[in-house]
Amino acid sequence: MLTLHELAPLWLTLRLAAVTTLILLVVGTPIAWWLAFARTRLRPLAEAIVALPLVLPPTVLGFYLLILLNPDAPLGAGWLAVTGDTLTFSFSGLVLASVIYSLPFMVQPLQAAFVTMGRAPLAVGATLRAGPVDAFLTIALPMSARGYLTAAVLTFAHTVGEFGVVLMIGGNIPGRTRVLSIAIYEHVETIDYAAAHALSALLLGFSFAVLALVYWLNRAHALRVV
Amino acid sequence: MSQVRIPSRDSAADRGVPSAADDALVIDVELARADFTLAAEVTLAPHGITAVFGHSGAGKSTLLRTLAGLERAARGRIIYRGEVWQDSAAGIGVPPHRRGIGYVFQDAQLLAFLDVRGNLGYAARRAPPTANGPAFDDVVAAFDLAALLGRPVRVLSGGERQRVAIARALLTRPRLLLMDEPLSANDIGRKADLLPYVRELPRRFGVPVIYVSHAMDEVAYIADRLLVLGAGRVLAHGPLDTVLERLDLGPATGRFEAGTVLNGRVVRHDDAFQLTVVALGRQTMVIPRVTAAAGDAIKLRVRARDVALAIERPRGISIRNVLDGTLIDIVEEPATAYAEVLVDVGAAHVRARLTRAAAAELALVRGCAVFALIKSVSVDDRLVLGRAGDAELHG
Repeated sequence: MLTLHELAPLWLTLRLAAVTTLILLVVGTPIAWWLAFARTRLRPLAEAIVALPLVLPPTVLGFYLLILLNPDAPLGAGWLAVTGDTLTFSFSGLVLASVIYSLPFMVQPLQAAFVTMGRAPLAVGATLRAGPVDAFLTIALPMSARGYLTAAVLTFAHTVGEFGVVLMIGGNIPGRTRVLSIAIYEHVETIDYAAAHALSALLLGFSFAVLALVYWLNRAHALRVV
Repeated sequence: MSQVRIPSRDSAADRGVPSAADDALVIDVELARADFTLAAEVTLAPHGITAVFGHSGAGKSTLLRTLAGLERAARGRIIYRGEVWQDSAAGIGVPPHRRGIGYVFQDAQLLAFLDVRGNLGYAARRAPPTANGPAFDDVVAAFDLAALLGRPVRVLSGGERQRVAIARALLTRPRLLLMDEPLSANDIGRKADLLPYVRELPRRFGVPVIYVSHAMDEVAYIADRLLVLGAGRVLAHGPLDTVLERLDLGPATGRFEAGTVLNGRVVRHDDAFQLTVVALGRQTMVIPRVTAAAGDAIKLRVRARDVALAIERPRGISIRNVLDGTLIDIVEEPATAYAEVLVDVGAAHVRARLTRAAAAELALVRGCAVFALIKSVSVDDRLVLGRAGDAELHG
């Protein structure tokens, strides 16, 4: 029922979600670590900033990003000068927007995992002659593995479901910015309900599978702790 | 930083001149918390076992964590054998993983995602290859861990956990082993089983130990030196027997457990009554039979509350051990019924706790001749030979 042409948005969506998740694994870890362990009064402020994408309408976020990324703004102009491509209405721009949009979905589970772990295992590592990087890789990572899995799955799934931000800064360019949710929107607009049904069912099934996986992991975790 | 007391910078250690300071652990640290302040200034000889004793809240663990470098807010100086671990005034703070310390935590703190072998290997892989230290197999054998190597740590008993924790600390090849109440976890059934391991650490593995404890019986068995901490300050420090004899430390050392340690020598065994005769200078004591052989040195711990005094040698009583001696100190505790007394019995000193009324009736003053009636002693025999022995000594 779905042609290769119609599946292109699916491929683009998966690529966007994968790249966003990988970037956020790298960017989110130090932010979550800092939020979990820093002794500072700035923490509530930082937590509020990280959580903003949760409550902000995607259109608001997309609007500000559009202002920030357009080729007339310093950031957008700089990107254009260096790469020869615009950040708006491009895949790179979508990635940047998704990283910001999905930030809390990466940072919050990681922060929770680090807080649960606490400082004690790191002190243990230090007394076993493990330096900070060594202790992070050999103690914190294995102890937070479940948190990382949850964070990565949620980030990936959330990016797949993105719509408003993409619409604002990415538009609807096939093969470039036309992701799954946009494609569904267009199918509905053009009254192609059959295609909209197929893609929607795909997204529904995928989202359910992802959430079921996350909850199953958390359930297994709870059992293990008890 | 102005409140930090920094001793003279002109010491031998600072000038790099070989001296006693190069074989010392110099501590002068301060750490202010909301509810308490640690302000410890003491120079320790890093040999054998030094026990840090005090009530909970006295700052024992905080001091130990400060030595390890785990308390970032601590200020002051720590110098180990001429090597500056911390000098806040000079901006020096060697991070914990570069201090070459081993640390045994109160609750073992094994890495739960590794099995026993993994925990030991984690330490062994990070030990500096050039450092002196025991081999993996030797440590496994010494702590009877061979059968446990493949087990996940969550199935271990409390005592097994602590054995793994001590072995793991040793495998980092530490220059100083810090132990924070390693026998105080609730689920350690028989801590007497673990004491011999601890006691043997300095001799067997050549590593000096600082051992934090609030249990006087533990301390008396294993320590060579004693540091008494109260409200974050060093109240006393010195050889175990000297510090134990100090009557003025009553509140800090705990009246119930206060006592002294007597160093005796096994004379002979009495097979018929299953007793052992121990020489204590010119006097002898009789204790339930121990496994030590004739001629062996033996440590007897006598608690103040187990000692009664008489001014004549009593007759017709069940107590077998009556030592004659001279009263050398008496401290009355105001607003209580009690007085603490120190008696010189020749080769050693014995503490006694009696009522002030009794002291007055017997007219006890410094210099008067008394007889110390010893109701019970604890014997450290088990520490070497694996025997238990806290014995009541009635006829």
